[in-house]
Amino acid sequence: MPMTMRERPLSPHLQVYKVELPMMLSGLHRITGIALAVGSILLVAWIESAVYSADAFAALSRFLGSFFGQLMLFGWTFSLIYHAASGVRHLIWDTARLLDVAQILSSSKILLAITIVLTLLAWILGGGFPGGAL
Amino acid sequence: MKHRYRTPLSVARGLGSSKDGLSHWWKQRVTAIALVPLVLWFVVSMIALAGQDRAHVMTWLHSPFHCVMFSLFLIVSIYHANLGLRKIYEDYVQVRWLQLSSRVATDFAAVLLGFAGVFALLKQAFGG
Repeated sequence: MPMTMRERPLSPHLQVYKVELPMMLSGLHRITGIALAVGSILLVAWIESAVYSADAFAALSRFLGSFFGQLMLFGWTFSLIYHAASGVRHLIWDTARLLDVAQILSSSKILLAITIVLTLLAWILGGGFPGGAL
Repeated sequence: MKHRYRTPLSVARGLGSSKDGLSHWWKQRVTAIALVPLVLWFVVSMIALAGQDRAHVMTWLHSPFHCVMFSLFLIVSIYHANLGLRKIYEDYVQVRWLQLSSRVATDFAAVLLGFAGVFALLKQAFGG
């Protein structure tokens, strides 16, 4: 008997679903994860410059102090706090809690609020915003 | 008797689980749990170091506590990132050779970053 593979059902494309907050946050978890992975290169570069070279440390500090550098650091702060908070929600989900649709909708809003508050708080405590460009 | 979920046909075809999915999932969760306190330490530390000069950063790196925490943060976060990136390649890179080479390149980059970072931290901690 010849082995025939049946056509397997495919899941529908993303576009058929209505865009809702939880699905946007799911995508954001991945995007911030990628951003953090790229950011780890910069973090190691910062350590290397601090330990090995005063000139490199000064150059990196100048770059991070520029508008583009500050914008990048702000995005990094947001990414780290969002990914960490969202990751904690994933760990809660892993214990089979908060999985009702209503709970997922409300925890999504809470997650977003916590991220925005903590990001602004970290940025201001770190000496950003008041008076500065960013 | 232990319940078998796979049909005999599925076993004969030999397709399906390669049996390392659970291991990947488990490592991702364990590193995620470890990263909760490490990220808290990292954020508080970076706030304290923001705007400080190199001498201050070097003195701070000299502390055994911060050296150990920073090394752990680097190792665990880079490992966790490598796991996540591997999943992303599996999901979005359909061409097999490209998927594999992306994965291997990321593995190499992860080990290089981790070693270079931890070596510099230790050099500073031991008074380099």
